[in-house]
Amino acid sequence: MSTVMLAISEKMAQWLSTTPSWLQNAPEGIQNIFYQLYQTWIMNDNWHYFTDGLKVTILATLGALVIGVVIGVLIAVIRSAHDSSRKKPPVALRILNALSKLYLTVVRGTPMIVQLLIMCFVVMVPRGQEELLRCATITFGLNSGAYVAEIIRSGIQSIDQGQMEAGRSLGFNYGQTMRYIIIPQAIKNILPALGNELITLLKETSVATVIGLNDLTKGAQIIVSTNYTTLVSYISLAAIYLVLVLALTKLLSIFERRMKNSDR
Amino acid sequence: MKVNRKWIAALVIGAMVFGAGCSSSTEETSTESAAQTQEETTEEAAEEEVQEEVAENDTTSEEVAAENVTLEEGMLIMSTNATFPPYEYYDGDTIVGIDADVAAAIADKMGLTLQINDMEFDSALAAVQTGQADMVMAGVTVTPEREENMDFTNSYATGVQVVIVPEDSDITSIDDLQGKLIGVQQGTTGDIYCSDTPENGGYGEENVQKFSSGPLAVEALKNGQVDCVVIDNEPAKAYVEANPGLKILDTEFAVEDYAIGVAKGNDALLDALNNALEELESDGTLDKIIGEYIHE
Repeated sequence: MSTVMLAISEKMAQWLSTTPSWLQNAPEGIQNIFYQLYQTWIMNDNWHYFTDGLKVTILATLGALVIGVVIGVLIAVIRSAHDSSRKKPPVALRILNALSKLYLTVVRGTPMIVQLLIMCFVVMVPRGQEELLRCATITFGLNSGAYVAEIIRSGIQSIDQGQMEAGRSLGFNYGQTMRYIIIPQAIKNILPALGNELITLLKETSVATVIGLNDLTKGAQIIVSTNYTTLVSYISLAAIYLVLVLALTKLLSIFERRMKNSDR
Repeated sequence: MKVNRKWIAALVIGAMVFGAGCSSSTEETSTESAAQTQEETTEEAAEEEVQEEVAENDTTSEEVAAENVTLEEGMLIMSTNATFPPYEYYDGDTIVGIDADVAAAIADKMGLTLQINDMEFDSALAAVQTGQADMVMAGVTVTPEREENMDFTNSYATGVQVVIVPEDSDITSIDDLQGKLIGVQQGTTGDIYCSDTPENGGYGEENVQKFSSGPLAVEALKNGQVDCVVIDNEPAKAYVEANPGLKILDTEFAVEDYAIGVAKGNDALLDALNNALEELESDGTLDKIIGEYIHE
């Protein structure tokens, strides 16, 4: 029993008669793949499921990226300020540090899909696709923030202690030294790891299908559920994700090369 | 393995209790190419799905041409989505219901051992086409699009699509659904009808929210995330019974026939199933099974 060995139906025969002659003379397996491609992409304008879904996936990823980086930087700074202070840190910093640790533990200790289900069905109860997208973006952002925070913290720690001392002796306060001296250098060190997180984030957004968000994966699922073109739909889906990730990888490597210019 | 299966079943039930439904992991199985061997399919199934053997191989019963019509010798593999009472649902760690019992009776007639694989509805339909299951019984309605890609037996039960709304809802009949947010189980006929364009009698894709299981759609309805849920009558009754504050509209959304789906072109199995169904119908077993689950 094989997927490509479906018997030729009337509709398929009808479609075949409109195709070029080389396809009409091709083996049945090839004809079936082309028919599935036609059903998946062209019939009933099905391609719009992919393009609409792609839009949602990209929006969710970009939104989550922004939220994740903002949270990540904040938490990384709090955590390193707490850990690097020689005296006993002030009470406010200790509370902030404890909260950050709690956030990291909870977010990194539970699966993404569970966080999403809780956010969607317990915390935010979104209505309609717009609110679903917002709910998913916030959840992904909160999730990503925890990982970004630890990546950035590792970057900050990778910068020599002397840089901080130099900044402070030049009259910068702690925040200014962080902002103008430490973070820019740290970013360069952690770029590969951040890129990795971005790629993971992009693919992870497919989890949002469980709450009913019409993202790229959902688009393919909808096509499968109406046309049953399992093979071609899911392979098309995989190809789109792959192209997205390849484009991101390329973009990141260009960015990394730019950053390296200052090393010479 | 025994312990492992029970453990997985317990997890799945736990997840359902929390209204969380199944994970989306079954997509992976669907993408498996058809070239894979039988062993791989079985392994995959063992890993990802809860399986149970409902019927024992009864060699004394009359055998209805069961030779070489199934994927695995001596086995009848059925794919389903066990979130659909009373057609299929979990009772403890076994899948029971009309479909499960009818399947067991059919397997008995054919002298085969029944194995039920639980997965999401979409995947259950795809499984028979990719050679992961012999047949799908999941309250499947025959539609032209489905007939295009798989073959169906004669109908064994009638399903009715109904609308679930909160008790204080301003939706009083099907005519009020226009412009409302409708929750459905993805890939079901309720989904297909509602997602159609208004010209074709639907409500437009933008007004339909597709969930991976019925309970998730009902959960969203309770939260006010959707205005109503369009789903099959019998599971709807079970959901409403379990969730006070919901009711089913008196007017029916659509009436339709349930049938068993098999891979396109698998006439030998189709005939064997039709024969078995006919026998079950004439000796009253079918009515008895349905009567056990549906009291009217």
